[in-house]
Amino acid sequence: MILLKLLKSDRGGRFTLALLALTTLVVPICNLLLPESNPLHISTYTMTLLGKYLCYALLALAVDLVWGYLGILSLGHGAFFALGGYAMGMYLMRQIGDRGMYGHPVLPDFMVFLNWESLPWFWHGFNWFWFAMLMVVLVPGLLAMAFGWLAFRSRVTGVYLSIITQALTYALLLAFFRNEMGFGGNNGLTDFKDILGFSLQSDTTRAGLFIASAIALGFGYLSCLYITRSRLGKICTAIRDQEDRTRFIGYRVEHFKLWIFTFSAMLAGVAGALYVPQVGIINPGEFAPLASIEIVIWVAVGGRATLYGAVVGALMVNYAKSYLTAAMPEAWLFALGALFVLVTLLLPRGVTGLLRKKEINV
Amino acid sequence: MHQAQSSPYKIKALFILLLSMLFFSLAGLCNANEKAEQFDEGTTLLLQKNFQEKKKGIEKIATSGDKRAEAILLALLDGKLFRIKKDNTLVYARVASPKIEITAALSGKPLGSIKKRKLKKISINNTLRSTIKDALAKIDLTNPDPQVRKDAVNKLTTNLTMESSTLLAKQLQSEQDNDVREALTTAMAITALRSGDNEARMLALNDLKGNLNPAVHNELTRLIAEEEDITIRSKAESVLSSIDSKISFYGLVETLFFGLSLGSVLVLAAIGLAITFGVIGVINMAHGELIMLGAYTTYVIQQMLPGSIGIALFLSIPAAFIISGLTGIVIERTVIRFLYGRPLETLLATFGISLILQQAVRSIFSPLNRSVASPAWMSGSFQINPILSLTTNRTVIFIFSLLVFAGLYLVLKKSSIGLQVRAVSQNRKMARAMGIQAARVDALTFGLGSGIAGIAGVALSQLTNVGPNLGQAYIIDSFMVVVFGGVGNLWGTLISGLTLGVANKFLEPWAGAMLAKILILIFIILFIQKRPQGLFPQKGRAAG
Repeated sequence: MILLKLLKSDRGGRFTLALLALTTLVVPICNLLLPESNPLHISTYTMTLLGKYLCYALLALAVDLVWGYLGILSLGHGAFFALGGYAMGMYLMRQIGDRGMYGHPVLPDFMVFLNWESLPWFWHGFNWFWFAMLMVVLVPGLLAMAFGWLAFRSRVTGVYLSIITQALTYALLLAFFRNEMGFGGNNGLTDFKDILGFSLQSDTTRAGLFIASAIALGFGYLSCLYITRSRLGKICTAIRDQEDRTRFIGYRVEHFKLWIFTFSAMLAGVAGALYVPQVGIINPGEFAPLASIEIVIWVAVGGRATLYGAVVGALMVNYAKSYLTAAMPEAWLFALGALFVLVTLLLPRGVTGLLRKKEINV
Repeated sequence: MHQAQSSPYKIKALFILLLSMLFFSLAGLCNANEKAEQFDEGTTLLLQKNFQEKKKGIEKIATSGDKRAEAILLALLDGKLFRIKKDNTLVYARVASPKIEITAALSGKPLGSIKKRKLKKISINNTLRSTIKDALAKIDLTNPDPQVRKDAVNKLTTNLTMESSTLLAKQLQSEQDNDVREALTTAMAITALRSGDNEARMLALNDLKGNLNPAVHNELTRLIAEEEDITIRSKAESVLSSIDSKISFYGLVETLFFGLSLGSVLVLAAIGLAITFGVIGVINMAHGELIMLGAYTTYVIQQMLPGSIGIALFLSIPAAFIISGLTGIVIERTVIRFLYGRPLETLLATFGISLILQQAVRSIFSPLNRSVASPAWMSGSFQINPILSLTTNRTVIFIFSLLVFAGLYLVLKKSSIGLQVRAVSQNRKMARAMGIQAARVDALTFGLGSGIAGIAGVALSQLTNVGPNLGQAYIIDSFMVVVFGGVGNLWGTLISGLTLGVANKFLEPWAGAMLAKILILIFIILFIQKRPQGLFPQKGRAAG
């Protein structure tokens, strides 16, 4: 009920969610029920691609929540995304069982290849789906909490915070590249077979994953909407605009920051966990600083501090990326670079800002 | 002939001259003949299948004193000495596919090319290999260059036999060069250690104290394991431990050197950033790409002046400064100017610029890495002692980075533009009230920082390959250096850069290269949270 009331005041969000619901229904139907000859048939490739975009949109929401509403420019959200992805990847690796190249009943292929004798301690438990799902939110959440507790308590703000979040993901990138870490090193985790007993190759599983991503995005959207429209959200906006003043009024600024940051990291982890079975691989490349900073540009393009803007931005930029990297591979980085410059100079409120008539001060 | 006919007297003189020449050359020939004979005997023995015979042959060749000996032994060692199956001629072979070009080993005449199956390699085994090395060292003992002689002595010392030690003893009597004498004395001391005379052995042990030659270390270890005499053994142990502590000390010095070298690179990369970030508070994510531009400038200038690498390198320093500096000014005037006071937006916009610069370089120069040649005076190393050598290029770059630092420091402290830069950075409004054109100073400061980045690129091109991703690798490290040192403080940048470099290199043997880097990053992340102002915070109003 509260949510419905909230949605009434969020016109863009209503539109986005309605579109999302429609896509969730239409895409799997067009994929599964219509024959391939039908002009309305949507190929599994396209559906998976759309599912990937939905995960990105959820990730963009997570970044928008901390950047748009709390003023924390995180250049390390890719790390939380990747950690969630790795947790899911570990579950999927354990599901392979003895169907790997080396046919070892317990150890994943890369461990057999490295002559490991037994499963490292942190791999235990990932054969249970519920445990893996718990880790998908817990690992990024705990990392964000530890990191945030240290950072916000000592009042590291602004660009300093941005740079150390970038250093965080960079350190993780280096760490995950190491074979000794036990996460497959450079190659990462791949060659997945099935999830909860359903083959990852089948169209129905793909459709299921697509629907799951859409639902996660929907819930993510609603929860972010709830947070931003609540009293908590008001305080967040106050912190973003006048941190010192909010502190002087008597709010414990670092606590608010910490909780929102942790929640946002968990959302990113969920996005990563849904992303991995759809693309079929997770490797340290996801930790690259560039990947994290790309998320920020999705939000900036869509329009910072509007939740639907983040979703729209993620979809737009990623569609452009898919299109350009295929059509003109050289042009993509030029375009991305230009996007960074132009959006910050000319479109500080993003493309959705063009549509909004009412002036909102960001 | 015409002249000879005209003057019979001259014919006579000529005749006498010829006769005397013949006489002297015959006398010389006798000696040379003997040499050649022994040499020929040796080379025929090489054709034998039996390794024992070949060994004899090698020794004969080595002691013959013939000029061709060294070349033939080297070829034998490299597996380039062959015989033609048909007539057993020894030849050097060089692959010029599809055929093989051969040269007669004895006469040095080129014999054209031949099919591979008509040749048979003169095979050697490991024993022969060490015999050849010894033989070559013996030949080198007579070399006029003292460095070659010293190397030869050291080579012989590692595998000292009775025969070679008598040879070295003889050499010691005639040797003039001090370095070579020292090496020879070491060899003599080892020989003395092997003798039965305990007094001589004690003396020899005294001589060997602190000697860093690896052969001495091996000999002492062997001696301690085998020696029965307690006094000698305990003496040997104390000498060995003195050597070991010296070795670990020099190991430490070496690690320190590598750390300072890495640190100087970090300082070079970060110091431009310390200006743009520290002085005018602009986060320039494209800083790494400005370094990359400097490195590519070096590459291009070197391509334009292919003959003179050294001159090209010196030219690239100002050229890289100008190119990167101008690029920086353009960036400042077109983008950053509009974003002052909005650091997060500046960060994003400059990141976009870095992507564009990277892709531009990738499109122009291809995504492949380019290698930039180093001038001859920068390659090689300073050999301090047998276990410590410092590579020249790293030493040069260390000194270079200190010079750049000093130059920059002087510009900021002594020049009028430096005064204006400091004034604007400390109190912008007041500076403008005093008539300083703040916008112009901003552009110049940014250009200065960017130019320094270009110079860093020139230095980096001497250490690694130049590629479009060169800058990316340094941007995070540079930020860490600046933030760790304290923003807006050049001394802080210098000290933190060197500290981080040294810390990294000291952690490396213990934790591995990757983990060392991670540990440093984690340390800095924790450090910033404890002390956000860095090691040397700015004081006063500007600290705000």
